[in-house]
Amino acid sequence: MMAVTSANTSPGARARQEENRFAQAVRDAAIAAFLAGVLSFFFIGFRTDIAPGGLSLKMRWSAWITAIVVVFVGRLLLNLFVFNRTWSGSSTKPRSATVSERLPDLGKWLLRAFFIFALVLPFVAMYFFPNRDRQFIDIAILIMTYVMLGWGLNIVVGLAGLLDLGYVAFYAVGAYSFALLSTHFEFIGFWTALPLAGMLAACWGLVLGFPVLRLRGDYLAIVTLAFGEIIRVVLLNWYEFTGGPNGISGIPKPTLFGLEFARGEGSFASFFGLTYDPIHRFVYLYYIIFLLALITNIVTMRLRALPIGRAWEALREDEIACRSLGINTRNTKLTAFAIGAMFGGFAGSFFATRQGFISPESFSFIESAIILAIVVLGGLGSQIGVVIAAIVMIGGTEALRNLGFLTYIFGPGFDPVQYRMLLFGLAMVIIMVWKPRGFVSTREPTVALKEKKRIGADLVAQGEGH
Amino acid sequence: MEYFLQQLINGLTLGSIYGLIAIGYTMVYGIIGMINFAHGDIFMIGAFISLAVFLILTSILGFAFLPVVLLIVLIIAMLFTAAWGWSVERIAYRPLRGSFRLAPLITAIGMSIVLQNFVQITQGARVKPLPPQVQGGITLIPPSEITGGISVQLSYMQILIIVTTVVLMAGFTLLITRSPLGRAQRACEQDRKMAALLGVDVDRTISLAFVMGAALAAVAGCMFLLLYGVIDFYIGFLAGIKAFTAAVLGGIGSLPGAMLGGLLIGLIEVFWSAYFTVEYKDVAAFSILAIVLIFLPSGLLGKPEVEKV
Repeated sequence: MMAVTSANTSPGARARQEENRFAQAVRDAAIAAFLAGVLSFFFIGFRTDIAPGGLSLKMRWSAWITAIVVVFVGRLLLNLFVFNRTWSGSSTKPRSATVSERLPDLGKWLLRAFFIFALVLPFVAMYFFPNRDRQFIDIAILIMTYVMLGWGLNIVVGLAGLLDLGYVAFYAVGAYSFALLSTHFEFIGFWTALPLAGMLAACWGLVLGFPVLRLRGDYLAIVTLAFGEIIRVVLLNWYEFTGGPNGISGIPKPTLFGLEFARGEGSFASFFGLTYDPIHRFVYLYYIIFLLALITNIVTMRLRALPIGRAWEALREDEIACRSLGINTRNTKLTAFAIGAMFGGFAGSFFATRQGFISPESFSFIESAIILAIVVLGGLGSQIGVVIAAIVMIGGTEALRNLGFLTYIFGPGFDPVQYRMLLFGLAMVIIMVWKPRGFVSTREPTVALKEKKRIGADLVAQGEGH
Repeated sequence: MEYFLQQLINGLTLGSIYGLIAIGYTMVYGIIGMINFAHGDIFMIGAFISLAVFLILTSILGFAFLPVVLLIVLIIAMLFTAAWGWSVERIAYRPLRGSFRLAPLITAIGMSIVLQNFVQITQGARVKPLPPQVQGGITLIPPSEITGGISVQLSYMQILIIVTTVVLMAGFTLLITRSPLGRAQRACEQDRKMAALLGVDVDRTISLAFVMGAALAAVAGCMFLLLYGVIDFYIGFLAGIKAFTAAVLGGIGSLPGAMLGGLLIGLIEVFWSAYFTVEYKDVAAFSILAIVLIFLPSGLLGKPEVEKV
């Protein structure tokens, strides 16, 4: 790495230093390129394919060399222009202080503007992008679903400090509850099933939370992961009940006080005298998830001010101190699990009604990882951080679908969508290395003497459970 | 009885593979106290490198003598996978050393996603079948009237896996107990700060733990490829969780424990599939993971964790 530590400022010495720095940057880039060449040799350099009579091997030297060159140039540019600043620049501290001082006011207005934007979003999309409104609203619904899931998980991980890697289990319970209830009982629609699904998910939160009460940190994460996978495997294999890998289809769409979003009599369009347009249903779905997410947020914010919320945060900071002060840690943990699971269940019901079809495939570990990544990248315990992270991560990867112009550069066979998860994983790594505390790295304490001051996130415990 | 014996042999074979992967988990956890989530995918990388090297040797260079081919495949796969292990540590974990505990967990999950998708993009999502290379075996008990037509077979493949594992484990145990490297390794495990003060290069030792873990995972990947003959980019996830279960069952941080745990998990999985249902064999492994962590958090051979206030 570059070490620009010398305080010598004479011009000759500086020039020499610059030269030295450049040489070091080139050497570092060369090492990186060599490593990339070694690592990708058997993956980019060769490709195995199924051919008649076994496997065939195809060589792709040009792709391999391109990869090496890209790594070399990229690393060199990074060394020269990006790392260099953070190394020599020592003026980051005062600047961040002023930003965070100004932040409360600015942040409040930004939040309001953002809220209003989210409120009118479908109409903006319909007005400005009449041809692609459906696509935009669909992405907005997806992001909003992840925001809601993130907020739900934030209760468990961000507030109570319980690291949960199996959150998708509750999402699945919610989705399957609604799907099974509505396909078995005709009188149950989305709105009647929603509270039931939430309750069932909360029960599962208790059931799965009870055995893991004694566990902490990584161990808790891995056991919750195991529970999530157990639920998925059971869903996959219990044909008679869940339909196995075929899933459940024909899940009813949500209605507005009995008005269906369909063509014909008794539908939303005919009741209000509008011409039928399939976009109505999307706008309605958007508002449902918007409302659900909003409820999640409000409930969380209110709970934080209640004794139970304070107990959660105390538990996150120090479990032993908590116990010695007479807080019932068992009940505190279980309520966190149950309430977090309940919101996961709501989101699951919404997912089922939006898709109209569910199968165990939608509830794999990767979903849990994405939700946890959103919570941690946003900054644990920060509500707005979750929103930012969901927009960056989900919106960013969805935006890849609109990069059709790249085919002009990389040839017609290039499909940016297949790089979606690769970029997602890279973003997780890079953002964490860059900002280990997430995007929003200040917290406002729930309880304060006299005035509330923002504090750095590194003063807050983080799901470590001790 | 014969059926039982046959399953015992199968379980030990599978368990050896899990044990080899589990060593990587247990070593890393022992030193830096983190779950290396990407380790299962390192195993997958090892399997893919083995496949590529095998195909290069047999179809392009035209080697035909199988033992030599397998030896070269093993060595190259170990070297290249070790490079992957080193890079993962360097990119995703070292910058976060001393940071909050959740940060490396997230980068580890991110790395796991990256590795899976990298392989999926570069090698395709379809499974890669490799016809069985090591064929034949020894019939321990021939089928007869008494055994109900069931024979007990020990295939050369199974012998190969078990012998390779035993040899590697012996070498590895020597390395850890006798060499300066192993001493540094154990010193870091006990107290990283103190080891650094006494002149142990902690960063290098941690890197080496990743390198050794990855090399053993590569062997496991190669054996998996030869045993099952089918690999895809997703095999690392399940194998990784089962190997982690093995590491936990044996007592995380304990090397003999990892091997013992691996064998037990292999046996449990095979017997579960043989006597109960195949569909729920993963549930069995996951349940054991949960039960062990809840009721026996220090594992069979691990040291109990002392909680200090």
